[in-house]
Amino acid sequence: MKKIKLTITVNGKKHTLRIAPNLRLLDLLRDELRLTGTKEGCGIGECGACTVILDGKAVNSCLVLAGRCDGSEIITIEGLARDGALHPLQQSFIDHGAVQCGFCTPGMILSAKALLDENQRPTEKDIRVAIAGNLCRCTGYKQIVQAIQTVADREKTP
Amino acid sequence: MNNKQKFSEVGRSVRKVDAMGLATGRAKFTDDYEMPGMLHAKLLRSPHAHARIRSIRTAKARALPGVAAVLTYKDVPRVPFTTAGQGYPEPSPYDDFILDDKVRFVGDKVALVAAETDEIAGEALKLIEVEYEELPAVLDPRKAMRSSAPVIHDEKECYIAIPVPYEPERNRAARVEAVVGNVEKGVMEAEVAVEDEFENQTASHSALEPHCALSWLDENDRLNIISSTQVPYHARRIVSRALQIPVKRIRVIKPRLGGGFGGKQEVLLEPYVGILTLKTGRPVKMRLTRKEVFTSARVRHNMITKVQVAARKDGELTAIDLYALSNTGAYGTHGLTVASNVGTRTLTMFRCPNMRFSSDVVYTNLSVSGAYRGYGGTQGILATAITMDDLAERLGMDPVDFYLKNIIGGGAEVPILKELGEGPVLGQPRVSSCELAACIKAGMEAIGWKKKRGRPGGGRFRRGIGMSVMMQGSSIPYIDMGSAFIKMNDDGSFNLLMGATDIGQGSDTVLAQMAAEVLTVKTDDIIVYSSDTDLTPFDVGAYASSTTYLSGAAVKQTAEKVREQILHVGAALLNTTPGKVHLSGGCVIGPGGKSVTLKEVGTSSLYEKDQFQISASASSISHESPPPFAAHFVEVEVDRATGKVRVLEYVQAVDCGTPINPVLARGQAIGALINGISYALVEQYIYNSKGAMLNPGYGYYKIFCTKDIPKITTIFVPSYEPTGPFGAKSVGEVCISGPLPAISNAIYDAVDVRLHRTPFTPDKVLEAIHARRRG
Repeated sequence: MKKIKLTITVNGKKHTLRIAPNLRLLDLLRDELRLTGTKEGCGIGECGACTVILDGKAVNSCLVLAGRCDGSEIITIEGLARDGALHPLQQSFIDHGAVQCGFCTPGMILSAKALLDENQRPTEKDIRVAIAGNLCRCTGYKQIVQAIQTVADREKTP
Repeated sequence: MNNKQKFSEVGRSVRKVDAMGLATGRAKFTDDYEMPGMLHAKLLRSPHAHARIRSIRTAKARALPGVAAVLTYKDVPRVPFTTAGQGYPEPSPYDDFILDDKVRFVGDKVALVAAETDEIAGEALKLIEVEYEELPAVLDPRKAMRSSAPVIHDEKECYIAIPVPYEPERNRAARVEAVVGNVEKGVMEAEVAVEDEFENQTASHSALEPHCALSWLDENDRLNIISSTQVPYHARRIVSRALQIPVKRIRVIKPRLGGGFGGKQEVLLEPYVGILTLKTGRPVKMRLTRKEVFTSARVRHNMITKVQVAARKDGELTAIDLYALSNTGAYGTHGLTVASNVGTRTLTMFRCPNMRFSSDVVYTNLSVSGAYRGYGGTQGILATAITMDDLAERLGMDPVDFYLKNIIGGGAEVPILKELGEGPVLGQPRVSSCELAACIKAGMEAIGWKKKRGRPGGGRFRRGIGMSVMMQGSSIPYIDMGSAFIKMNDDGSFNLLMGATDIGQGSDTVLAQMAAEVLTVKTDDIIVYSSDTDLTPFDVGAYASSTTYLSGAAVKQTAEKVREQILHVGAALLNTTPGKVHLSGGCVIGPGGKSVTLKEVGTSSLYEKDQFQISASASSISHESPPPFAAHFVEVEVDRATGKVRVLEYVQAVDCGTPINPVLARGQAIGALINGISYALVEQYIYNSKGAMLNPGYGYYKIFCTKDIPKITTIFVPSYEPTGPFGAKSVGEVCISGPLPAISNAIYDAVDVRLHRTPFTPDKVLEAIHARRRG
């Protein structure tokens, strides 16, 4: 297959690559850029483990062709912590026991980030809906919703 | 009860030791590892439920550029083994082969391919030409033992390595029978008796991480395997048998795991990557697709349970008779032990002089059953807790009062355990700690049982409330073993090396807390490494709710041995004798309050005087399997027009002994509960008439998501298990078993129909409501 040229910004860093036209965004991140924090749980957009933020929106990276991301900005879980300081969502997930096996955690956190970036005052229902596409079999979700709610509440107060 | 003891690190919700790596995406799971020159492996899967391979041609697949190996049954050792990662010798039949000339379920393995890329491996599978002779299949467990049924395991090699009944010629993989007293006599003595039949459905564990394994040969020609396994040591032993290479040539490494729930207590991929690495000399990775996890990994045993319970007018139980027809699927993994746990996890809870449990475990040409959180308890409690609800009603008793009258308390002798245990039982088995009565009272209060019960309201939406009680164990007595190794560093930190297997539940953290407690340091000062068969001492692995209790005891004993050595060195530094010093707050303190820090002790022991490595190892076996208990209460709303059941509120009260880490213990209790509710309401395998699963994906195999979660209250009642480390017993599995019967009982309270077949989907509820109307 003829390779195509792609310029993409991932976690603030610009990459120019030649990729197969059928390469999934998930494979680009995991295999080409070795950003393995993004997980594959089903490969058909049903579990949310591979969620990343593409131009501000949470997407299942297993359903996105890398080739259509030319010029796009991607945020993966590796892009959240800054200068060794955790993102408030990461910290809150840890503090609330929202991380058990951790396989769904990156996708869950990125769905939550996409929500909070768009809606600084989410209700509990907004949170539940925003992460409804991210499956978790360990926690029972309660701690995850609390972790996100806590960050949202904190950011509400000036 | 001795729960007043003051602990420093134990009982605190310290941060999970692996949380940082997991929250930042830096933690590595099996699929995150790569090796130079790595091949990708795939299995060709059977389209038939039961067939013999008449011919298999691989020339075209081999010729495809990028294909490194194509293996069929002709290319691999024909050694029967079991994929069940259990103690040795396994109580599961040796009835499986790496590859065989026969397939026994849709999704069974047919041929194995390794190629330069995943894509090429997939293309190669399509080029393998197989000619099957289809055989009649057993697709209903009720028909498996009929004389006309086709024999699924007609190969001469299959056998079971322990002295228990095994009759593959009748499709019977195991049989269990245990009796205490005389059930017929008990029924005669009763004034009220209820008989009923139930069936629970097949289900997927649905750990978010699909099974994955990566193998390679190291410079010493040893086979190294990184695997998403709950049982690294069993995996090593089973690979040794399947591939016919010595244990000493194999190393199994467990990295971070994305959940297990019993589904990774099976050695499903290791022999395949292993044989490909041996044949090609190259690293090989294999990762199941989600579809394969559904169709070809393991499932919960579907069972048909029959139960009779009988009581006197005053509510005193006189007999419990429980039978389970267990559908083990195409292979007998965990068949015997899951079946026996149907009895153990139910009958143990009751003071009843006459009890019987029996079970037939049958082969079918359906999905292969295996270990699944709850492990038989889920199936047994479904049957007994609905029947007892019925019995209580017929007696005119509140189920709460019925249970309080009949359940065991702390110190109870449990004769049925002598008949049903997996290992040898010495003396009269008993239960030391039991706060089940306190759980029932606490749960009942929290949900408002008295004021909600029997008030369904009118109209289309009716409300109901139901309850159940349940138990699990903590390890398998006299069979399971855990061990640990601790060494001290010059800065006063410690390495804790264990075979105990953290699969996401947090055992690395809980066990580090125990070591820290004994060594009077912070959990942060304990550097945990688990598990690696070359570097960490033996542990049976993460199953049977054993880790906190059993591996915890090993860690505690190891830390105590290390503490003795620290006191020796500390005493020498303080110019006194070990008897005159003690360890507190990370210092060795001597007479007159003179002290040295652990850093000074560590540095001295390694660099200064009479140098030696402060280190120790200890092993633990269990003599009991103390049950954690729980009482569940649920309020539901039933839509009489559609049959839809909605859980409004759920209260669970749990006795798990000392919660070593309350946040993690709560996470286990809630996680198990939600899995249980999801199982009760929405999860199911749908098969076509040929035995193929029609819904192998989350689109049509629904599991609960955030939108489905009801209001949940989890209460830990105060409890202390005298045989457990720091008073702990297990908490990982117990809470999964309550929702099936509690929700069924609540539906009955709401709309007056008893549901016997799970899950309680709208079609079943509606049908029951209509059937009742028809009378």
